Amino acid sequence: MGVPEKRRETNLDMYSDAYAERTSGMVASAVRSLFSVANRPEVVSLAGGMPNIADLPLDSISDSVAALIREHGPKVMQYGAAQGEPRIREQICDVMALEGITGDPDDVVVSCGSQQMLDLVTRTFIDPGDVILAEAPSYVGALGTFRAYQAQVIHVAMDEHGLEPEALRHAVLTCRAQGKSVKFVYTIPNFNNPTGLTQTLERRREILAVAEEVDLLIVEDNPYGLLGIDIDPLPAIRSLDSERVIYLGSFSKTFAPGFRVGWALAPGPVKDKLILGQEAATLCPPVFSQFAISTYLETWDWQGQIVKFRQMYRERRDAMLRGLDDHMPVAATWTKPQGGFFVWMTLPEGFDSQQLLARAVTHRVAYVPGDAFYIDGLGTRNMRLSYCFPTPEQIYEGTRRLGEVLKEEAELRQTFGFVDSLDNKSTSTPALDSPSTGITGPSLESLSPTSPVAPSETGATASSHRTDH
Amino acid sequence: MDTTVIILSGGLSHEREISLHSGHRVSEELRGHGFTVVETDLQGNLIELIKESDHPIVFPLLHGGSGEDGAVREVLELLDATYIGSSAASCRVSFDKAIAVPLVAQTGVRTPKRVVLPHDMFRDLGASTLLDLISTKLGLPLIVKPTMSGSALGYTKVTSLDDLPGAMVLAYSFGRVAVIEEFIEGTEVAVPVVDYADGPRAYPPVEIRPNSGVYDFEARYTPGATDFISPADLPESTLDACRAVALAGHRALGLRDLSRADIIVTPEGEPVFLEMSVAPGMTDTSVLPLSIESAGESFADVLAHLVRQAAER
Ligand SMILES: Cc1ncc(COP(=O)(O)O)c(C=O)c1O
Repeated sequence: MGVPEKRRETNLDMYSDAYAERTSGMVASAVRSLFSVANRPEVVSLAGGMPNIADLPLDSISDSVAALIREHGPKVMQYGAAQGEPRIREQICDVMALEGITGDPDDVVVSCGSQQMLDLVTRTFIDPGDVILAEAPSYVGALGTFRAYQAQVIHVAMDEHGLEPEALRHAVLTCRAQGKSVKFVYTIPNFNNPTGLTQTLERRREILAVAEEVDLLIVEDNPYGLLGIDIDPLPAIRSLDSERVIYLGSFSKTFAPGFRVGWALAPGPVKDKLILGQEAATLCPPVFSQFAISTYLETWDWQGQIVKFRQMYRERRDAMLRGLDDHMPVAATWTKPQGGFFVWMTLPEGFDSQQLLARAVTHRVAYVPGDAFYIDGLGTRNMRLSYCFPTPEQIYEGTRRLGEVLKEEAELRQTFGFVDSLDNKSTSTPALDSPSTGITGPSLESLSPTSPVAPSETGATASSHRTDH
Repeated sequence: MDTTVIILSGGLSHEREISLHSGHRVSEELRGHGFTVVETDLQGNLIELIKESDHPIVFPLLHGGSGEDGAVREVLELLDATYIGSSAASCRVSFDKAIAVPLVAQTGVRTPKRVVLPHDMFRDLGASTLLDLISTKLGLPLIVKPTMSGSALGYTKVTSLDDLPGAMVLAYSFGRVAVIEEFIEGTEVAVPVVDYADGPRAYPPVEIRPNSGVYDFEARYTPGATDFISPADLPESTLDACRAVALAGHRALGLRDLSRADIIVTPEGEPVFLEMSVAPGMTDTSVLPLSIESAGESFADVLAHLVRQAAER
């Protein structure tokens, strides 16, 4: 082309100088792009956390939703109260009663899924730089919200019984000694996302005792509590204390996530702020969804439905644990969840679950790399495996493929001189049956001049203070 | 226009998501031009879909894997389907960098010194011996990358020999063959080539300046993360030399319809040919549309030209 062109310079985003600082982490990611392959039917996705709702009574739900519109259309399709509709707030209290909570409908605030309540709670309490203590590892969606409000997230160790009270106390005191403002601790006591672990009742009491001692607010996020497989619901932390806990609940896993209805049960003054926040954010949570769920709860044996869900998830959980037993190399360890959706796997030292994802996708199996659940780059040799959605047969096959992936990777690493073996129990990796495996954390080295704590014989303390870089 | 264009995107390669973006953008542009467009994934009913359509033009926008290695095009040829882009045979050649780069080098174009090896070679002959040999021959820094993936997936710049084994393991997680090549310092440019009745035409070389210094996945697909200068801020003679390299590559590999050459221009102004893509990205952050627009042409018009040109075959 003979004619010289006019030179043009572009970065393809005319707004790139205008974005708020909090968007700085919102960039394209190779790992995220690999998940697009996970959605293909050929791939067994152990990555997603989608509840399996195929067995819901679709006919009767559609009849009742049709009737709802026919008989009450103008009301249920109108704006509603920012706090949420009175009827559903009463029903929410009935749901929470199953976990020992005595709540007043007046203290319930409805939200667009519990995800939006996480957002409201965070915006209500967090100024940029304030500290949120979060279990290590923690739900990726909560970490995203905390980051969006520019909180400083500091992880607190877990062991097989969940959040460690001593580590919590230590974290609070260390932060305060450094002049930091610690606003709350975020915890998922039941069938934790991503570890699958559940706090014992004793542990809940201990956590609460520490919170009282150091005067700390607890945000208890509990979407999975009613989905125990081997155990019945344990008393919620909120059932033990009504002043120190903001409790978050959701219909997403016990009914269906598409309605987007979750809630908070909060101490009175906090509740008032959440309502004002809700008004500013959405005017009101989805009114139609709230009525639809109210109708479902009134007309259907929803508790019987939950029993069915639990049975359905039991088959899946069992298929996964059987598959892992059959196919995983000795040196990998994993948790044995008593309910919920997730197994947390720890690979031998040196393995990198992000890097492994490409090979996994080639083998048509997917998972979520562990570092997504940490704010600070830990979790690189962990993976979250969810068993909620695929069939038991698919789940079993998925673990077989994953076993091959690990075998190939181990061979390759061996070829290139990395001395990690899949066949030996490595000294730093606790035995298979120790569910504390892989609960890495806390990144308190920077906070405490005396850490890291010397490893103890139990494995629990050792693993909690092991860093995973 | 009542020509039906079947846009083939997605697939099961690591670049599935990029391919879906490319496919979607091309579909929109062609619809805007009045074509009937059907978007489809690489899936079971593809053969049926092609058979049932009335002389469709297939536009494969699959990146990586079977989309670029010739496999999908082999099937299209089996179906006697008209499609846009290079033939299965030339894809096989150009996608295998072990073959393609030396072929382009034979035309007198400079290419980086490189070694292409499957992982079993390292296993069978001993990795440390082989890696020593390679690094002695190529020096540092090195670029390590898989042969079968684009978008900088599995790509590492190695500045210390200690990092080489890790880089190899990463590259091999994307496929069984990896390229290790000398790192060439210079200005990164990409040059699209489009075939016209009078022969292939090279579009303006686009200079790529990632804010982070590295044109990795994030820099490629986050709008705003990379500055593109088109034509590149280089002397006119150097731009011409880059165009000549792209055309030489396009011809040497027997490519058809469209391609994109990736080139590094050394501080002395010498273009070094890195690789040729038979399925250049067409996403909102891709180089090809930018280059075409900076030449004062419309991307949609060029796509429409490709469809019409294919229809006449
Ligand atoms: C721990 C945890 N909290 C909150 C949520 C958000 O749920 P929803 O917004 O659907 O209620 C999820 C969803 O996966 C979760 O796992």
